[in-house]
Amino acid sequence: MSASRHIRRVAVRHLLAGVLLLSLTAGAAACGDSDGRSARDDAGRAADVALTGAGASFPYPLYSKWAADYREVSGLKLNYQSVGSGAGIEQIKAKTVDFGASDAPLQQAELDEAGLLQFPLTMGGVVPVINLEGVRDGQLRLDGDTLAAIYLGTVKKWSDPAIAALNADVELPDQDITVVHRSDGSGTTWIFTTYLSAISAQWKSAVGASKEPKWPVGVGGKGNEGVAASVKQMSGAIGYVEYAYAKQSAMVTVRLRNSEGGFVAPNSEAFAAAAANAEWENAPGFALVLVDQPGPDTWPIVGASFILIHREQNDATAAKALLEFFDWCYENGQATAVTLDYVPIPDNVVDLVEAMWTEQVTAGGMPVWP
Amino acid sequence: MNPLQAVAHRRVRRRDAGPASRPARPLAAGQDAAFRWFTVACAATVVALMGALASVFALEAWPSIKEFGLSFLWSTEWDTQNDRYGGAVQLWGTAASTVIAIVIAVPIALLVALLLVELVRPAVGKVVGMAIEMLAAIPSIIYGMWGLFVLVPLMQRYVQPAIQATPLGKLPLFVGPPYGIGVLTAGLILSLMILPFVTAVSRDVLRMVPQVVKEAGFGMGATTWEVTRKVSLRYGLGGIVGAFFLGLGRAVGETMAVAYVIGGSHLFSWSITDPGYTIASNIANEFPEAAGDLHRASLVELGLILFAATILFQLIAQLWLRRVRKRVGGRA
Repeated sequence: MSASRHIRRVAVRHLLAGVLLLSLTAGAAACGDSDGRSARDDAGRAADVALTGAGASFPYPLYSKWAADYREVSGLKLNYQSVGSGAGIEQIKAKTVDFGASDAPLQQAELDEAGLLQFPLTMGGVVPVINLEGVRDGQLRLDGDTLAAIYLGTVKKWSDPAIAALNADVELPDQDITVVHRSDGSGTTWIFTTYLSAISAQWKSAVGASKEPKWPVGVGGKGNEGVAASVKQMSGAIGYVEYAYAKQSAMVTVRLRNSEGGFVAPNSEAFAAAAANAEWENAPGFALVLVDQPGPDTWPIVGASFILIHREQNDATAAKALLEFFDWCYENGQATAVTLDYVPIPDNVVDLVEAMWTEQVTAGGMPVWP
Repeated sequence: MNPLQAVAHRRVRRRDAGPASRPARPLAAGQDAAFRWFTVACAATVVALMGALASVFALEAWPSIKEFGLSFLWSTEWDTQNDRYGGAVQLWGTAASTVIAIVIAVPIALLVALLLVELVRPAVGKVVGMAIEMLAAIPSIIYGMWGLFVLVPLMQRYVQPAIQATPLGKLPLFVGPPYGIGVLTAGLILSLMILPFVTAVSRDVLRMVPQVVKEAGFGMGATTWEVTRKVSLRYGLGGIVGAFFLGLGRAVGETMAVAYVIGGSHLFSWSITDPGYTIASNIANEFPEAAGDLHRASLVELGLILFAATILFQLIAQLWLRRVRKRVGGRA
């Protein structure tokens, strides 16, 4: 073997060892940085702060749009991961994110135990959709009891007297009802079954409110798109989807009877009425589900999506930046919310929320807001 | 080690035995040692990962294992309100959809592989082979969407009513209204998804049959069919079984495509035209929003069962293969 070749081989070997060593140190560095907060603590200005949130998928389109819009205004980097409410709650409890998001409100006891604050950031409506020959959008009328009976499987045909009694002017076929529900765990299902539980004692005892209830009948679709596809494909089907989805894919919705006896069609005004008429002042942790709320124009199936933050914040700058973002959403994000078919939180509720921030959010013993 | 790897492994060993690869120079020997340790470390990582996976699964599933015991395997209850869980619906759904997929896909795949290797001109074989490999590259979510929007309406309008019209419709396996979605549809989607894999591997295995052996068969006056059956298939048996298990593994564990078309129902039904659940699709659907500790533990236990079943299949395959090899005296 010639000397030069020998040298080259040795060089290559050293190079390889170097690369190996380098990758090892890089790995170690990545491990050391795993809490991800050390860098943030040094940040002085809001523009340098990066915030993360995780949770519900229902408000994800809105939150990600808000984050992008707000970044243009303030330079704040905010990243929202739609990992599901359950995972979001777990992550905020473990302090791996700056805020969590959940479709189902936590009860005050659980909030106190984890040192969390809860407030609503947006709302949305859930609407029943049908596929029935000759029945147009908004033509069919239903009430909560009948809807519960359909989902319990006790009302099996569209010509059932219970449905006919509400729809004297609609010709109903003697056709089987195919019930479609979500197969994945979702806040939409939780809001829908909370409504059925509020109206029907039988539903409450047999099934109850859950993100993944034990459905007595029907077929499951994955996501809003799965339910929508099944309803559109099957004549005689009924399902439920988020309002935005029903509107954007032009589905046949029904009018529902609200708590004051009026039959209302699902639209933004009817959802806003539900929020405006609710008694937020008396709900600890704003733990309110907007089903079956009072008011003549109120749509009966509306749910808020909640934000969870820690009462005791580690870093005053980051905490301030986070609350400023939420404040901006309440103040300036409403047009975006309406475009995406979400419902803005009423002003009186915003005032209550921000008063709570002033009172309860602290960093190192000092109040953070305003 | 799957049977394919086993074949490769033995070949390498045989080649190693030759004098050519004996270390001659000290430097090269050092490199060899380093390389050896590096590969050993990589292999050990795989084994360690498996152990870590199994123990984490077992730990996370422990609340459910403790609460429900063995009855988890045959209980059909899945009640998030009262926190009672059982896996019978998912086990049946997984088994049924996988069997449907295998029964449809494996014979077709074998026939296509034989056609490509034995019967058509190499140019044609190349084109068709490429098409098959491209099918294998399609992401499973695309199969799911296609299934939901195209296959489900077809099943609902034509296939299921047709089955109902025949005497088969009276069997418990086929009763029920034509929803379109369900275990049968999931099985069909799965068969489409595993077809390219099984075909591609079987084709490569059949190609590895030495021309000399086949020509010996032809020389003895055997027909194409006889050579295929008695020479090619026997010679490639190990590899074909490997292909079969590759397909099985993919079908058992497929998640997204199944989640879209299976109908996500926790009500037990023997009928494959009814909506049901498979283990993988159930975990995918419920894990993100799993309500309580027990609910999550039960989902993890389902995962653990799937994990154990996969290993068991591999073991059975290995044992069975060893027996078959002894009997037919094939090389593979």
